[in-house]
Formats: sequence, structure tokens, C-alpha cells
Amino acid sequence: MNTATDQGIVARRKVHMTLRVNGEDIEVSFAPYKTLLEVLREDAGLTGTKHGCELGECGACAVLVDGEPLLSCLALAVEFEGRAIETVEGLASGTELHPLQAAFADLGGSQCGYCTSGLLMTAKALLDQEPNPSRERIKEALSGNLCRCTGYQQIFESVEEAARVINTRKAGS
Amino acid sequence: MSEKKRLDVVGKARRRVDGRAKVTGQIRFADDLVLPRMLHCKLLRSPHPHALIESIDCSRALAAPGVHLVLTGKDFPVTFGIMPVNQDEYPLAPEHVRYVGDPVAAVIAKDEKTADEALELIEVKYKLLPTIATPEEALAHPETRIHDYGEQGNIHRNQSYEFGDVDEALGKSDHVFEDLFFYEGNTHLPLEQHASLAAVEGDGKLTLSSSTQIPHYLHRALAKVLQMPAAQIRVIACSNGGGFGGKCDGHNHEFVVCKAALMLGRPVKICLTREEVFYMHRGRHPVLMKFRTGVTRDGKLTGIHLQTLLDGGGYGSYGPASTFYTGVLTPVTYELPRFKFDACRTFTNKPACGPKRGHGTPQPRFGQEVQLDKIAAKLGLDPAQMRLNMATKGDSLTANWLRISSSALAECIRQVVERSGWNQKHRKLPPGRGVGIACSAYMSGAGLPIYWNKMPHSGVQLMLDRSGQVTIFCGATEIGQGSDDVLAAMVAEVLGITTSDVRCISGDTGMTPIDLGSYSSRVTVMMGNAAIQAAERARAMIATAAAEQLEVSPEQILFTQGRVFSATDSNKSMSFIEATSFAESKFGTLGTTGSYTPPKPPGRYKGAGAGPSPAYSYSACVVEAEVDEATGWITVPKIWIAHDIGQIVNPVLARGQVIGSVYMGLGEALMEEQVFRRLPAKLSSALVHKFPSMLEYKSITSMDMPEVDVMMIEDPDPGCPFGAKEVGQGPLLPVMPAVANAVFDAVGVRIDEVPITPEKVLRALQLKREGKDPRVGPDHFPAVPYPEPIFVLPPWEGGDGNSTRNSDRNADRKPASKPAEASAS
Repeated sequence: MNTATDQGIVARRKVHMTLRVNGEDIEVSFAPYKTLLEVLREDAGLTGTKHGCELGECGACAVLVDGEPLLSCLALAVEFEGRAIETVEGLASGTELHPLQAAFADLGGSQCGYCTSGLLMTAKALLDQEPNPSRERIKEALSGNLCRCTGYQQIFESVEEAARVINTRKAGS
Repeated sequence: MSEKKRLDVVGKARRRVDGRAKVTGQIRFADDLVLPRMLHCKLLRSPHPHALIESIDCSRALAAPGVHLVLTGKDFPVTFGIMPVNQDEYPLAPEHVRYVGDPVAAVIAKDEKTADEALELIEVKYKLLPTIATPEEALAHPETRIHDYGEQGNIHRNQSYEFGDVDEALGKSDHVFEDLFFYEGNTHLPLEQHASLAAVEGDGKLTLSSSTQIPHYLHRALAKVLQMPAAQIRVIACSNGGGFGGKCDGHNHEFVVCKAALMLGRPVKICLTREEVFYMHRGRHPVLMKFRTGVTRDGKLTGIHLQTLLDGGGYGSYGPASTFYTGVLTPVTYELPRFKFDACRTFTNKPACGPKRGHGTPQPRFGQEVQLDKIAAKLGLDPAQMRLNMATKGDSLTANWLRISSSALAECIRQVVERSGWNQKHRKLPPGRGVGIACSAYMSGAGLPIYWNKMPHSGVQLMLDRSGQVTIFCGATEIGQGSDDVLAAMVAEVLGITTSDVRCISGDTGMTPIDLGSYSSRVTVMMGNAAIQAAERARAMIATAAAEQLEVSPEQILFTQGRVFSATDSNKSMSFIEATSFAESKFGTLGTTGSYTPPKPPGRYKGAGAGPSPAYSYSACVVEAEVDEATGWITVPKIWIAHDIGQIVNPVLARGQVIGSVYMGLGEALMEEQVFRRLPAKLSSALVHKFPSMLEYKSITSMDMPEVDVMMIEDPDPGCPFGAKEVGQGPLLPVMPAVANAVFDAVGVRIDEVPITPEKVLRALQLKREGKDPRVGPDHFPAVPYPEPIFVLPPWEGGDGNSTRNSDRNADRKPASKPAEASAS
């Protein structure tokens, strides 16, 4: 563990950069040791992304970077300039919920709601890549996201329902 | 059974009222809150399990740049504790630390990192004390006192109750079974780490926003510890990111940030690390149990003598209640003529145990239900049929004077047997595969509050106005279970509107009437009844005003689908909004209240206050298991569970509570354990948490979770709101014994302790191969100095609910008869 005296001035000097979050450029200035999670929550004001361990164990902090799920608690924010970051705040179109959000809200996929953001983002990455995942594939894809409330079953059902809705909409358009 | 009226809202699937906020990331958990000029707090925790603090030097920390304040035990002269009888905790320990993780100092600084680094500048000199690691050590070493209060030595609570002469009952039984069981401790592991934000508002009053399940009890404790009037303090329970009982105590950090905010005049926030959440604990007590159970040859219970020994950890917490709960609900599931239980809770140098989902009851339930499986096997009976034959019936009393208003246990058993194909599977599946059954009962709220008073357990206030808006105020706490949705549903049902027409303001001691909190599965019943009363009072006013306009009598007014109309002439109607306007014109500003206090329990003996509940829920569970004899690995492909819920309020949420309970029970059965180890002597021999991390504390993932087939049994309870009983905790309890019983059916070994790990299964299989008793579990029960029992005659033996002197135990006693014949008055 570092002591206060080890922490040089350099580590304290803030970096200034632009993050592309939910399609929007956000200018942030933060201490370089901060994780992407911390910068999103504390410097960009996007508290929809949660933390349950800050050690990469629970999946609550999952966001998408260039379409892939990433545990934002394990990544330094300075590495993400110019990358496309998606958080739960970007899921809905205006006030219209994303089909995953609607399904989680209607079918019990979200109880306390704390793991929900990480699950929604991980599930979105899955459905973006595999529009018709089997129950087994859903289980695998979500296996890094812990939920203590639901017992997962209604989460699986929510993802399946969202897939149906998305596919129906695509077929109709 | 109460007549089932047509319901518009209750029982209908719908999006919960806070559902949208949860999926958009808009819901505000405590750590999401930010205030201008906010400072951050970190706690320094003891690295020793048991020590005296000789000195603390904070001068270097205080001098560090960015540090605003350092607090130690001397800043907190007053103790707290959730139960009035054990006020044994300080926000920061002044002189005595009792577990690794006990907080001793706090730093408040400009940011978390500065605070964290300054912790290392605090110099604490400790004098190490001998460590008590287990209840056996606690009993063997009374000279090492963890606390200077309690029964004696390191015994925190010690109690004994006897309902009818149990030795006599066992003596007359066809068979007596004696079994030992052990239930390892485990923890809640809510996804949200506890967080709190304290601020002095512009009016000079203190506000604490916190991850808490008990804003009212915390409010009282803050007033005591901070030595200021409660009216100057407001506690806001933020939506909890899961609770499960882990946010049911006042916690050290909540007092610390309040004190710091008061001293600095600036907002102070803390968020515990995951490691600290493990130290906070208050989870499942490890319990050693001994069951002596008498049965007739056809498998009916004649008497049970249960002894329990609880490992309480370093503080009292809910200890007195936890100790009671290892016994008092034992007679609720089945007809039991006589019952005796001795229970002892010891202090040890580990994080304090407390209430976790099922509070004290899952442990004896495990022992009881596994022992019943052994009894059925021995007597050649079907374990499901044996249970069915003695299932508790509604409108009855138990041996320990608990009133059972309704029970659909028999129907639960019948449905779970039918749906799981039990009769085709039990003792019939190929080797390595098996099924197990278990049942349980649980309370819908505790009959008594934590501190003695005669005031309501839950209060609801309604505000209505000419716009048609209805705002509901209630102190109940949303911890994810759907408390707000139940509140909205009750009011909407009575007023004939929808849950999206109402607004819920909850869990705020400055804004809402008192509700005792989200614990003991009390919210639906208690808050629900209070909400109905408030809504019915509002409906009466609106009906009076509307009846005048419609020229009918108020009794003829019906409320449904946002309209108010005459029951006899549906052409005479108006919208709810119009009717509310007429009511406001007639009565002035509209507002009503409702309150709920549970019925007085029939038991009158000292201690009769633990166990009574307005209603008990029942569950029956069948688990199918596959056991790999080469590795001991247990796979559970499917679980069937039937739950006697009385009346469903929202099917989506109710089913979620059942599946979530099964999930948590399965985790406890197979893997979850909070265990400790001693460091090597060269590293101080300290007793430390074996794995205070989510990665190492194994819980069930999406890959492990089997399919759960849920059957809801709706049999409305007359004392419950629209008949609705609890669903949040009860369905957890039968899962662990059903797993153990399924393992026995699969491979013929008994694992008499949880978690049931592959290693234990392998050990038992080895014993089986060696021709020894194929059992893994505790092999001795230490000599516990239980007191002489308080003797109470059961209702069917002429008792009046009072205790009897022991010498009079045979006086006036009628011959023991079937408890089913005794009816609740």
C-alpha cells in the first residue's frame, strides 16, 4: 500500500480529456489513477453505472466499449479517449425504453435494481451480436454479472422477451 | 375463509411503480447522492480480533493535506444497539476491539483517496487479548470476557422453555430419534455496498440518507448517540441495493458521518468497500443443533426437545431475537403436542451475526426437515405423505401458544408432489439421482416491535386533491422487494384507480408516518393494512361527496377504473377526479391516515412475545439432485416450490421473491459460508475472515441456477390485506433440507450440515464404502449450562398461556391430545 508521501505531485495532477459516452463528447478532468467507473460516476455525473466490489468480481459496473462489455472498475479512464462508451443512460431513445429495459421492468428482471445496469449492458452486447440466443447462451453471457435478488430466472425471461421484441420490430421495418 | 371479491389491481401482473427508474439508472441509491462541498469519510479498522486500545495518535493524519477531521472513540461516549437490552456498540471503539474489522478511527477528507491514505498515518497501540474463535471456546474460557454483560462468561443469551412434559412424551413414543446438525454461517452479500451521506441542512437540522432497512430505529439510535433531539434529525432510507437483513442494524459508519457533518458543517459521505461489508456482516448465525424427537409408529410427532448453540460474533445485534428464533417457529409447520427448546448464544471474536432472510429459523428448519426424512426412511413411510398427515391447520394454536390464522401447507405439499412427479421419482431414480422434499413456515411480521411501545407498527397518510392526484406517505422501506408497489396497489385497489395514478413517498422519517422497517417479512401485512385503512377513510369521504351529487346513498357508491358510480344505476357516475373535487369542496383539504398494530398474542408467559405473527406463510419444496460419485459434485437440475401466499399482490414480484428465495437457499445449501482461519503464529495468530471478497465467497451464478417451478397457493388470510401473507423469506427455508434429502435419495449419504460441499459428499461416500455410518456432520454437542426451563402447559393440556411453576407441571393436566382439536379462540 502506498503512503501519502509516495504519491508524487504527478499522480495528483489532473488529466483533461474527451470521452465519447452514449454518442456524446464529454469533457472531463480527473486524477489519472481514476478508473473509468469512477470518472463516469464522479466526473461525468453518470451514476446509473453501479459498483458492487470494485475488484471485477460482480459485474455491476459493466459498460460497453466499442460494443463489447467491459468492467469499468478494472479499467483506467485515461485509456478510453476516442472509444465509444455506452452506459445505461444511453439505452433509451428519449423517453422510450429499449426493449431490454421494458422487459426487465415488466417481467421481474430487476428487483432492487442495483445489478440491473450492468446486466442490461451485457445483455445488449449479446443481443447486438446474437439476435436469437438460446437460454444457455444467455446464461453464459450473463455469468459474470451477479444478482442477489432474482435468482436469474426472470432475467433470462426478460432477455428472451427483449430478443423477441427486437426481432419482431426488425421484421416489421 | 374470507369471501374473495373481484380485484382490479391486487393480483394483476404489472410493472412495479419503481420499475422504470431501476432500468434507466435513475433510481438514487445512497452512493449516487452528491452534495456541494461534500467531504469523504474512511474508517480505520482493527487488524486484531481481540485487543485493548492502549493509545491512538492521530496527529500525523490530522496534519495531512486535505484532511478535515479525525474522529476516535473518545468522540462517541454513548453506545447503541438495535435491541434495548444490548446497547453494546460504539460508533468507534474507545478501548476494546472485538473482531478484525471493528472500527477505531475515522478520517474525513476532501476525497476518498486522501482519507484512505491518512488512515495509515494513524498510530494505534494495541494490547492483544486471547481470542475466542468458537462457541465451545466461549464456554470453556469464561475468564476471557468479550463483553462485561450477558448471562455469564461469554454467554450472551441463555434460555429454556418447555411446553408440556417433553421427557414424558418421548418416553411414551414408539420411537425417539436423536440427531445433531450444524449450520455454517453465511452472509447477505447485497450487491450494493452500504453507503451514507449526512448533511446539516439550511435550517440547521441533520439529514442522513443511507442504505438502511430500518430508518425509524436508526433515527432513534442517532438521537441517542449524538445526544440531540430526534426532531432535529431526519433519516432517509434510500432505495436499497439489496438488504436481506444486512442493513437492519444501525451501523458504525452512519453515526460517524452524522457526527462529522455536525462538527464540520459540511456534507460527509462514506461508501464501504466490499471487504468492509464482509466485516459489517450481521448475517446468518452458525448454529449447532440437537434434536430429540419422538414419533408414533405411523410417523406423527409426539414431542421435540431442541437444543441450539449460536455463534454470535463480537456484538449483540439482534442476538436475543435470533436466539429465540432458533426455537420458537419449530412447532409452526406440523402438529406438535409438546415442545421444549434450550437456546444459547455466545460471543466470539468475529463479526457480529444478526438477521439474514429467515432470521434464526433456517438453521433449525434444516435440522428438523432432515431429521423427518430420516424418520420416514426408518419407519418406511413416504416423507411427503408423512408431512401431509401432520400439516398444521388454520385457526389453531401451537404448543407454544402461537396463533395460526390460516395454513395451506397441505395444499402446498399436494401440489409440489404432483408437479414434481415425486411419486414416480422418490427412491425410484437411477443411482446418483434423487429427489428430496422439505417444508417450512414463516412469519408475516413480528407481533411485537423491537422496543416496547403500544403505538402502531405501520402508519400511512394519504394526500388527495382536486387534481385527482393521490400521494401516499409511509415510512416503509423499499429494499428491492417491491414495498412501494404493494403500497400503491393497496391504495389503488380501494380507490378504484391504478398504481400509476398514485405517488409513493416512503422511508423518510421527516416526511412519512412511522413504519418499523423492512424486516421479518412484515411490510405487506402491516403497511398493507394501514394503507387500506387510510384509503378506505378517503373513499368514505369521496363516496359521501359523490353520493350527494349523484343523489344516491354513499353505501351504493362503487370505485373502479378511475370512476365513481352508483352500484344500482351505472348511468350515475363521474370520474375519480371530479369526485375528489366534490370531496374537497365538501370537507376542505383532503387527507387521511391509517395505522396497523398486530393482534395481541395469546401467549402470556415471559418470552411469549417472540414468535407471534399476524399470519404464517407455508412452503413445500422438492429438489432434484444429481451427485457425481467420483467428484462429489452436486448438480441441481430443477426445483419445485409451492408457497402459501394468501393472496398475490403482484404476480411478477411475488414469483420473483419465491425464485430469489430459492436461489439464496440453494446457495446456502451448496456453497455460501462465512468462515474464519487463524493466521500463523508469526503473523499474530489472529482470527481472520477466510475470504472477505465476492470472488472467494461463492454464490450461485447464472450458470448454476436451476429452473424453478413456482406454485402459488392463494388462500386469503382473514387478518391480512386482501388476504396477502408474506413471500420474501419463507420460500428460502425448505430449500436447504430438501437438497440434503435429495442427496440422500441419490447416493444414500447424510450430510447433516450446510453447506453440502463435494468434499463432504466424498467423505460420506468413503464412509459408506468402508461400511461405516455414511454421514458427515457434527459428532458431539458440548455441555451447555442451559437454565431451568420456563414451563408452560400447551393449550390442549389446560394451560392458560401463563407459565407454571415447575413443581406444578403435572397439576391440572389433561391427557395429551391431538393439537388439531384445540382451536384458537
